[in-house]
Amino acid sequence: MIAAVDTGDTAWMLMATALVLLMTPALGLFYAGLVRSKNTLNTFMMCIAAIAVATVTWAAVGYSIAFDGEGALIGGLGNAFMNGVDFLPREEGSTIPELVFFAFQGTFCIITVALISGAVVERMRFGAFLVFSALWSVLVYAVLAHWAFGGGWLISGGTLDFAGGVPVEMASGFSALAAALVVGARKDYGRQALLPHNAMYVLLGAGLLWFGWFGFNGGSGFSTGEGSVLAFTNTLLCPATTLVVWFALDVIAGRKVTAIGAATAIIVGCVLITPAGGYVSPGWAMLLGALGAIPSWGIIAYRTRTRVDETLDVLAAHGTAGLVGILFIGFFAQESWNGVSDGLFYGNAAQLWDQVLAVLAAPTYAFVATFVLLKVIGAVMPLRATEREEAMGMDINQHGEEAYVTGEGAILLLPDDDGKAKVPVADPG
Amino acid sequence: MKLVIGIVRPEQANQVLEALHRAEVRGFSMGRVQGHGGEMDRVETYRGTTVQMGLSEKVRFEVAVSDNFVDRTVEALCEGGRTGEVGDGKIFVLPLEQAVRIRTGDADEGAVTPVGK
Repeated sequence: MIAAVDTGDTAWMLMATALVLLMTPALGLFYAGLVRSKNTLNTFMMCIAAIAVATVTWAAVGYSIAFDGEGALIGGLGNAFMNGVDFLPREEGSTIPELVFFAFQGTFCIITVALISGAVVERMRFGAFLVFSALWSVLVYAVLAHWAFGGGWLISGGTLDFAGGVPVEMASGFSALAAALVVGARKDYGRQALLPHNAMYVLLGAGLLWFGWFGFNGGSGFSTGEGSVLAFTNTLLCPATTLVVWFALDVIAGRKVTAIGAATAIIVGCVLITPAGGYVSPGWAMLLGALGAIPSWGIIAYRTRTRVDETLDVLAAHGTAGLVGILFIGFFAQESWNGVSDGLFYGNAAQLWDQVLAVLAAPTYAFVATFVLLKVIGAVMPLRATEREEAMGMDINQHGEEAYVTGEGAILLLPDDDGKAKVPVADPG
Repeated sequence: MKLVIGIVRPEQANQVLEALHRAEVRGFSMGRVQGHGGEMDRVETYRGTTVQMGLSEKVRFEVAVSDNFVDRTVEALCEGGRTGEVGDGKIFVLPLEQAVRIRTGDADEGAVTPVGK
């Protein structure tokens, strides 16, 4: 029997959906601040592109592959093109219209696609990224969402993932590593200092991401019930302790607390609590934030010394923190808080094994599938801009716009000018 | 004494800095300027408004040197700034009447020679 729609739950889930959608432009700000000024628009546009492309693929087949039926590996095509997605709850126990559920899950697919762009900014062609986004959202995101959320082998086997440690965080992080390896490093990487051009965008983006994450985690109980409330408050607690520990690590390593480090810590803390939010007590959530800061901080410090130009450290911030969060559930989940299962610390070692399966399977699938997918796309079209275009900046050559245009020296072209200005211009020929 | 002015592409600025460093030219100033040379103009569109951008971002180096440093400074600017495409920039060498190091009051050759040389 399908339960009736609950107005309170539905109201919150409508709001939560909008909050999660806000995270993608917020990520655009965060990423755009981290790149050089000549690539600001292109970097932000990759996030906008994710909204455009992943929404369409989600409506067409992604949602169906993720959520139609109980197949072990992938769902069916019964909900393709939103067939049957209407005002009724989708299954027993759900109290919100499936339309809301569809939109909420769609915003997760969007931000995951946008996250991967962090690995390839400043050199990947925009067109190639659009093609990659469309294929990845179906072949990788929808499949992993089915495993972890939609009735696939992980969730039916008992793996706990509250808000997307598997399909969002580990998938984006390990896909980002594969993407960085296939697309290759920026031409100046390792030779010049490539610095963030606007630390304020980075902080503002991180703040808006944290705000949106209350919908991301707090909505993943699909109700206003206890799981959602617990995850909501844990989303405040866990990133706060990550910040404190990150401050300490910054001081130990460089004697100063850094702003961009703090913005990164907010993201890492939010990612850490994503899988665990509705399953661990507030106290354990704070410990998770503190302990989980260490591996991500270490990988960021180490990665910049390698030849791998995984530019904005998606692997460290999302892949690693998501993995730590998934494993943490296996140790510290508490049935008295979550009503579902205990972890090893409370006498249930089996839960840890279920979590280990997820951290073995999801990164492997995400890495291999993304690697192969980009190799295939790369065989059909160039993945990268030319060195000349890369030097000029992706804003001008991919979009024909600049983020910080002055307008000085700009000559207005009227439609009847046929694309040519009336003033004579020196011919370089 | 000469004043060497080099106007180069912003994306070549780092190479120029490295080349100047290798040439042991230690004192200079640089700033962002906008300029127009022979290069093709860029056409950009902002929500229906199409414009032809006649000015390109450039970086302008100003290096005051004693006469025997002129050639290596010019060579360094050329080496660092050249891509081979139209728009690589220009170098101007001007006579310099006077130079003063503010801290010490050193004048002329003494002012444009790095401390400790």
